[in-house]
Amino acid sequence: MPAVTRVVLAEDGVLLREGLAGVLQRFEFTVVAAVGDAAALLDAVAAEDPDLVITDIRMPPSFTDEGLRAALALRATDPGRAVVVLSQYVQAEYAARLLDSGDGRRVGYLLKDRVVDIADFVGALRAVVNGGTVIDPDVVRRLLAHRRDPVAELSAREYEVLALVAEGHSNAAIARRLTITEAAVGKHVGNILAKLGLPPDDDTNRRVLAVLAYLRSNPET
Amino acid sequence: MPSEQPRHVLAAIASPRYLLSEWPWRALLSVLTALPVIGVAALLLSPITLPWAGMLVQLAEGGLRTAPLVLVSGLAIVGLAMFGTLLAAPFAALERRRLGIVDSRPVDHGPRNGTVASWLADRYAAPAAWRELLFLVLLATVAPLAYATLAFAVFFVGILIISPLLVVKDGKDLAGVADAITLGPWQLTTPAQAFPYVLLGLALLPPLAYLTGLLAAGHAATARALLGGGGQAELREVARSRTRLVDAFDAERRRIERDLHDGAQHRLTSMTLQLGVARLDLPDDSPAAAALDRAHAEAKDLMVLLRDLVHGISPQTLADLGLPAALRDLAARSPLAVAVTVEPGVADRYPSRVENTAYFAASEALGNVAKHAGPASAAVRLARQGDTLVVEVRDEGRGGADPARGTGLTGLADRVAAVGGRLLLSSPAGGPTLVRVELPCLP
Repeated sequence: MPAVTRVVLAEDGVLLREGLAGVLQRFEFTVVAAVGDAAALLDAVAAEDPDLVITDIRMPPSFTDEGLRAALALRATDPGRAVVVLSQYVQAEYAARLLDSGDGRRVGYLLKDRVVDIADFVGALRAVVNGGTVIDPDVVRRLLAHRRDPVAELSAREYEVLALVAEGHSNAAIARRLTITEAAVGKHVGNILAKLGLPPDDDTNRRVLAVLAYLRSNPET
Repeated sequence: MPSEQPRHVLAAIASPRYLLSEWPWRALLSVLTALPVIGVAALLLSPITLPWAGMLVQLAEGGLRTAPLVLVSGLAIVGLAMFGTLLAAPFAALERRRLGIVDSRPVDHGPRNGTVASWLADRYAAPAAWRELLFLVLLATVAPLAYATLAFAVFFVGILIISPLLVVKDGKDLAGVADAITLGPWQLTTPAQAFPYVLLGLALLPPLAYLTGLLAAGHAATARALLGGGGQAELREVARSRTRLVDAFDAERRRIERDLHDGAQHRLTSMTLQLGVARLDLPDDSPAAAALDRAHAEAKDLMVLLRDLVHGISPQTLADLGLPAALRDLAARSPLAVAVTVEPGVADRYPSRVENTAYFAASEALGNVAKHAGPASAAVRLARQGDTLVVEVRDEGRGGADPARGTGLTGLADRVAAVGGRLLLSSPAGGPTLVRVELPCLP
């Protein structure tokens, strides 16, 4: 984590852009460019080479997925580029495409409303800059709300654990949440990884891959 | 500028401005283009009509024999029955096109059948085909008489107007005498003598314009009555205007959604963010902190409320991503476990009124399932059959859904009908319930 994280921010709403820039400046982030559309975002990133890119998905001119496309383009040229996208609504397909870029790390997919929970939001940004993967809890909840066949061999408890893993919780935090021992969580995670056929090498990476597997198995949500 | 423009020639004739309007010219164009059509029709039917004419002459001379009559009328009826409706089809099509010259009201073009076989079957089975045949018979019999009457009137007035030219002495006349023309009881030998007749001819031009208009109107009214499909066209026009209304509503809803999103939602998010920032500056034990926390929570609730409200006005997922994605989103939002199946052949985007109606139908049907049927799951199927988009919502609940009991199904049926679709419901007591909405999905 650099002492000061240089951020390029893309958001078409002026008020929110200023507000976000204000929030970021209060923490260890420096907003080196704040822009209002995808083309300006790409230019700003090329010019500034920031440590973190934060972009809204829905931007001019067509107000559909310009921000996401820009984020994917950035990740294609530099797979290690830390990017957090802000989405108006849960769109698992967007999250899946984003996680598919690079090695699925140093990316975040957050609902736009999440920014008002400043502590959570800043925490998520830090996690992404530090190499983590952040998926909005709502997205995960949505994915896990109605169990379907793809990862059907997981038990109900394993689903719960996977959901919490996908939300970025550590084993200790999951243990607290589910009021079970940390060892039990470790066992569940091991079972999940085994059932999903993930090789036991780097544990963090395996956790991300588990989430990816889950998202890909539910591309239609 | 008159507020009410006449839409067909008969209405125009009734207006005092008829002679100064375009309508006499339109009537004239209609009459002129009718001549070849009538000529061909009379020629084609002459094997049938001429013997009859011959017999009428015999009748007038008092020497009618019945054997030929039976034979001729029998042959005529058999011939007409066998080939008449086929022959009538191109005439009917042409006359419907020509009707537009003097009548801007829409005319129903009748059913368009795909295959030759079904078209042939239609030719003999459909009452409309036999009405077309009757029209053809009128074209070949009554129309020539009516048009001949007009032609005679035109000829007569024309002769009056050019009479001075006719009486000019022609030096090359074979007999070497001055030309004289006879107009009724008068002999005209000089242009000067012909002058009053020119005035008379000019005075007769307005009545001639009215006569032309009446003939064109009579022809058009007959065509409309026999070829017009019985008011279907007016209904279609109403349906089209209803579709336009639905489009206008949809556009308006999208505008409201955009305004709320860009305005209120955006500012509320920004305000909530500022409250969050303000809270950061307060120590946790300060009296203001708790109040600010409450305000922040309140603002967040309001954000959710407003977002759901805006979504209800015009689902953003639908506008941004199209119907399949929006239906999946709808399913994910539902308290039930809803499986969404999108059959191959379904495109991502359709005209917005189709998307909106399909989405609204699925949303309403799922809402009904959640309220009444009491199952834990439902299935939504989206498929395309030819030019029809089909949305099916199925549940294994109690069944017994009854549109009459005001379950929102009536409103849904109205909405579907407004874009030319239909709603089918199967809900036996004990279930399962299937709501099927079929929408024409051509742009």
